[in-house]
Amino acid sequence: MGLVRLRIPLAITFVAGVVLIVQFFIPSHPSMKLYAASQAWLRIIGAFAAVLGVGSILKTHLERVQRAHQQWPFSTLTLAGLFVTATLGIGWGVQPDSPADWIFKNIYTPLDATIFSLLAFYVATAAYRTFRVRTMEAGLLLTGAVLVMFGRVALGEMIQPHLVPQSLEWLFTFPAAAAKRGILLGIVLGVTATSLRIILGIERGYLGAE
Amino acid sequence: MLQEQGPTIWDRLLRVPRWVIYLIIAAAVIFPFLHPLRFPVEVSQRTRQLYDYIDKLPPGSVVCLAFDYGPSTMAELQPMAVAVTRHCFRNNLAVAGVALDPWGAALCDAAFATANSDGKKKEHVDFVNLGYKTGYSAVIQGMGLNIHEVYKLDNRKTPVGDIPLMKNVRTYQDLAIVIDLASSSTPQAWIAFAGARFGATVSAGVTAVMALDMYPYLQSGQLVGMLGGLKGAAEYEKLINQPDQGALGMDSQNLAHGAIVLLVLLANLGYVVTRRQARRRQER
Amino acid sequence: MFWHDLGIWIAAALTLAVFSFLYRDNLLYKAAEHIFVGVSAGYWVARLYNDVLLPDLIYPLFDPKMVKLAHPQYLLIIPGLLGLLMLARFLPGGFWLSRWPIAFVVGVSTGTYVPVAVQAFLLDQVGATLVPVVVHRAAAAGGGMDWATSLGNALLIIGTLATLSYFYFSRPHVGAFGAVTRVGILFLMFAFGAAFGYTVMARQSLLIGRVEFLIFDWIRPTLAALGAG
Repeated sequence: MGLVRLRIPLAITFVAGVVLIVQFFIPSHPSMKLYAASQAWLRIIGAFAAVLGVGSILKTHLERVQRAHQQWPFSTLTLAGLFVTATLGIGWGVQPDSPADWIFKNIYTPLDATIFSLLAFYVATAAYRTFRVRTMEAGLLLTGAVLVMFGRVALGEMIQPHLVPQSLEWLFTFPAAAAKRGILLGIVLGVTATSLRIILGIERGYLGAE
Repeated sequence: MLQEQGPTIWDRLLRVPRWVIYLIIAAAVIFPFLHPLRFPVEVSQRTRQLYDYIDKLPPGSVVCLAFDYGPSTMAELQPMAVAVTRHCFRNNLAVAGVALDPWGAALCDAAFATANSDGKKKEHVDFVNLGYKTGYSAVIQGMGLNIHEVYKLDNRKTPVGDIPLMKNVRTYQDLAIVIDLASSSTPQAWIAFAGARFGATVSAGVTAVMALDMYPYLQSGQLVGMLGGLKGAAEYEKLINQPDQGALGMDSQNLAHGAIVLLVLLANLGYVVTRRQARRRQER
Repeated sequence: MFWHDLGIWIAAALTLAVFSFLYRDNLLYKAAEHIFVGVSAGYWVARLYNDVLLPDLIYPLFDPKMVKLAHPQYLLIIPGLLGLLMLARFLPGGFWLSRWPIAFVVGVSTGTYVPVAVQAFLLDQVGATLVPVVVHRAAAAGGGMDWATSLGNALLIIGTLATLSYFYFSRPHVGAFGAVTRVGILFLMFAFGAAFGYTVMARQSLLIGRVEFLIFDWIRPTLAALGAG
């Protein structure tokens, strides 16, 4: 069973990974066709992977209803929303003016947008409660935040038109970009190393538990 | 016996109730809609960079807009999409919309409909919504090889080969620029897979949260300009001389920022003074 | 018109139901939250079917004329089967079957990522850091030293190296190296502060969007209709 459950998946990862790295350096016609096919297959498998997430939601809420969990009435709302939207979308399509499009515009959009808009209040209270200049680093943090909050809108631009926006642009393009670049380089080195470890079969966490 | 001091004004500054802060923010946002203040909008260098690039494109060029966001961030990104599309329509550039997020395709339709509210532009000739595909980098790479292979049908299930706009658009070489409107890390994927691998010209319109992350790519020239947040949308609207949702929201943005900065500064003032008073009490 | 107006009222009601959470968690908010989860999943399924499975798998296999193909693409059975194997996770004892498609996805993704990441994120970014610290303005722009760009480039090099040094934990941050990492911290703190400022900007924009909807799409048209009626 070790062959089918572990060795073959590791071999698939290794072969796929190595072939596509080599393909980058040998862009011949056959290798480009292989490259195109691999991406097409990835898109199709990706659709099924997305269905996994939906299946997980279905499973959780069906169980709640079956077991008469405390929150089961709300779970029926979730299931109703899922089935109605999916049925309308699959049966009548998702193009403009379709029933699924109406649900997207008038039910999904206001819910998604409003849930995230609550963050406006929370970020204001968080800034008020936690932003204290206890150290030099905290002072620098606050300086950066105030410069952006004032300087990127008219309040700062009215203090000194052109100078404030241009100075901010300079700060973002050089010192701030330097910090972001340092982080980016560190992340890329780490992810590249991890990717190579995955291809070589050293890192196996992506396969899940035994 | 020493008299216990009640809370001073400095203590109160540190303990403003949550609901007061909520009310201040709500008031700061709502007031300008009832009484417009018309704060000026200054255009940043990065917005102007993108505007100038699009403005110089010859008529008939095809611009690709990637709608990689959903309703949670449409307040910032949808005004950008509309403004850029209006600019393209004004300059007789064709626009092809794609979406790596499932919500993006519907938002693409909405943006095109708003920009084409006068009905002068024709779908499939001046604009097309190619719809949503899974796979992120697999889509971007697939487009570099053959767009018709990735998008066989458009959002209305019209075969892409039958769409006049798409007849001569097969790879990134046939697209003048790809502008990724994003609320996640998709711009980096477009920069790497479309830009570095296939030589596409890439720009981005991002939420304000991500704007600073784009500066390493702006400095290196991997991005041609950038629109950052609602302010970026307002700036672009100013450049095309069609103020809309971006400009409308800037008054509220100004007041809300001012309120938050004031709250933070007052809290720090209270913190410094109460700390000093506590130190003096200890010394006594 | 009826469906449009009904839609606006439903949208407004759901918006207010979510805002009620600011007061405290309540039944209205819970209901709205659960509807959100369900509709989101349902719409995603509809999109996957219409935008991906139909044109990329079902039509090419069973009805190729719909996507202007001459013959069925039988090779697509393989990714179709791999995709179905992915769903085997839901079967008792079937978890291991999903490892094959996952292995394929991970292998292909990492294989395409590595060379492109090195090119775009490593080489191009390092190249952009190798900039001169003495920059002169073009003659057409008046000539002379461009102090802003010169200083900026110097800070770019110092900041990038110092920040990278901070994340190197295989060596203790003491002595001269410690001083360099301390400089890196200062650059990071400024960048994080600016990022926080931008985050505040972003969140306020989201609230502005909702308030715009409530005022311009719901309240004003309703008042206008009542006034006209």
